[in-house]
Amino acid sequence: MLKIENLHATVDGKQILRGIDLEVGAGEVHAIMGPNGSGKSTLAAVLAGREGYEVTAGRALYQGQDLLALAPEDRARQGVFLAFQYPVEIPGVGNAYFMRAALNALRKARGEEEVDAIDFLELIKSKMQLLEMNQALLSRSVNEGFSGGEKKRNEVLQMLVLEPKLAILDETDSGLDIDALRIVARGVNALRGPDRATLMVTHYQRLLDYVVPDRVHVLAGGKIVRSGGRELALELEKTGYGQLAGTGAR
Amino acid sequence: MSSTDLLDDLTRREYPHGFVTSIEDDQAPPGLNEDIVRLISKKKNEPEFLLEWRLKAFRHWLTMEEPVWWPKVSYPRIDYQSIIYYSAPKPKKQLKSLDEVDPELLRTFEKLGIPLQEQQRLSNVAVDAVFDSVSVATTFKDKLKEMGIIFGSFSEAVREHPELIQQYLGSVVPYTDNYFAALNSAVFSDGSFCYIPPGVRCPMELSTYFRINAANTGQFERTLLIAEPGSYVSYLEGCTAPMRDENQLHAAVVELVALGNAHIKYSTVQNWYPGDKDGKGGIYNFVTKRGKCAGKGSRISWTQVETGSAITWKYPSCILQGDDSVGEFYSVAVTANRQQADTGTKMIHIGKNTKSTIISKGISAGRGQNTYRGAVKVLKGADGARNYSQCDSLLMGDRCGAHTFPYLDVRNPTATIEHEASTSKIGEDQLFYCRQRGLSEEDAVSMIVNGFCKEVLRELPMEFAVEAQKLLGLSLEGSVG
Repeated sequence: MLKIENLHATVDGKQILRGIDLEVGAGEVHAIMGPNGSGKSTLAAVLAGREGYEVTAGRALYQGQDLLALAPEDRARQGVFLAFQYPVEIPGVGNAYFMRAALNALRKARGEEEVDAIDFLELIKSKMQLLEMNQALLSRSVNEGFSGGEKKRNEVLQMLVLEPKLAILDETDSGLDIDALRIVARGVNALRGPDRATLMVTHYQRLLDYVVPDRVHVLAGGKIVRSGGRELALELEKTGYGQLAGTGAR
Repeated sequence: MSSTDLLDDLTRREYPHGFVTSIEDDQAPPGLNEDIVRLISKKKNEPEFLLEWRLKAFRHWLTMEEPVWWPKVSYPRIDYQSIIYYSAPKPKKQLKSLDEVDPELLRTFEKLGIPLQEQQRLSNVAVDAVFDSVSVATTFKDKLKEMGIIFGSFSEAVREHPELIQQYLGSVVPYTDNYFAALNSAVFSDGSFCYIPPGVRCPMELSTYFRINAANTGQFERTLLIAEPGSYVSYLEGCTAPMRDENQLHAAVVELVALGNAHIKYSTVQNWYPGDKDGKGGIYNFVTKRGKCAGKGSRISWTQVETGSAITWKYPSCILQGDDSVGEFYSVAVTANRQQADTGTKMIHIGKNTKSTIISKGISAGRGQNTYRGAVKVLKGADGARNYSQCDSLLMGDRCGAHTFPYLDVRNPTATIEHEASTSKIGEDQLFYCRQRGLSEEDAVSMIVNGFCKEVLRELPMEFAVEAQKLLGLSLEGSVG
């Protein structure tokens, strides 16, 4: 599904990623962990195509094609989704309207018919139920005045509506209380399937109690310094990231 | 696409209305003096009182200085002697029906999307088309007449209802008001006139479409709208001009009079030629618009979407004279490339319990300069006056400017005044968020801008709102930095 080779990237001339190698197969959930400033969010941003990040070496193949050559909207249309760490507010643009526009942009790119407002409402209401979201959020402006938890849930809601093949979650768990975390995890798990993959960027291991990963990678100093199974996350929780110093962490 | 490419893209945008219609004109020689004023009046067979009024205005204009004090607007001085003050499509005979209108003219309006032909009058909008300085056609006239509504060209109203003209002309904007209003009063050639009788609710939108075609001409139209007690009218105006390298002056005057409990809704979508990317050419849009809420409980609502013109200078205002009267101003002003806009409103509270609302949305892109200038005046007797103002600016790129100048003059302690202002930049963040969800860059910009303007756009009549939304998208295509 996703194959990253020797990926190097800079932000404002500063080297952040220093040679990432990672392979995520269809049906797999991978967790990327690591201390602050290790490059986790940069990796997510580079994969989604955010401006201001320069890839200086290496490549990323998505379903066999050069992902980094595509415009952000084309990546999205081919099934790449990023749940933002800081979801953006768009005043005056209705939340439901926005999501339907996004869904129809994806459907159009796939040569499918657009979904009308009534069918869309039915679809989204069922997803909102799963995430225990207040339906009043549909008629509000995108993320405007949403609480931190509502914003994160709104990201997962969009993910469920758009049904990506590759979902990248950038610290979706941060700032959530335990109940909200459980609900968000329910959303992420709902999308697991043999032809989808998920990349979860997280600082804490507690999300992994609810979304059990196939692989865990530790990022430090712009490189993956350790990879392992679920137990690696638990070990990190005990020992912290500190012991990684000397193995590439700054 | 990088930000720089996007900005370049914007500057290459085409102005779709920039064509010229080849049609014979009946023109006065360039320049301005008393003879020209008399010539215009004579061409139009005007009654003596009107000629006198024009001459008074002209003499007053001579004593005035062109204002040069706007801090945020700059342009080379206008040579008033090189302008042609009267230009009309030939032949200038009395037209009995649309069939007699020059087919070339009809095609022009068709091209602009303003259907004047009988068979196309399915939309519920009556149109008065003004080409250069002359009204060429008015649709739905007879149907309106049955209800006692008078709607048509100003010249016609002068001939058929001189008493109304004499009573109301200059009653809201006197010729002494300002430099451009004085000039307009001296040389105005046509415009629209509308009268709604007492208690009548006008069943359709009334619309005037202004088109400047001839070179080196100024357009000086005059609009007068009178709503008798208990009546209602929704009035729209739209405007375009060909692309020319020279600047052209458009100095219009609009006067509205709302009597007791009357409601006038006046909407403008202004899309005059804005000039090219280097600021060459374009219309100087120096317009005086004012409404008087003369009667108790009357209401005037201005809604404007200003996307065109090299320079826009206008302050649609309300004199809230009648007790319990209401004034509203909803505005979207876009400046891209080197456009400049200095626009806003004046709300003058005179009567008791008068209420005004101001919602202004300024969008600047390229090297555009956008200024909101608004005054709220509460006079001594205006007990319980209330005003709410909200001015928001949106910046696209880092070479444009947004400025807000609210003036408050409150002389009654019972007044309640609220003012809110914000400035935001169209974020890379917002844009990336939309694109990450699969929306194209153009759709994303259009969505963000329309969201920003929502409170104003929803005040526009349906047909116009759709046009305005498209226009906003078009004006700002690819202009994110």
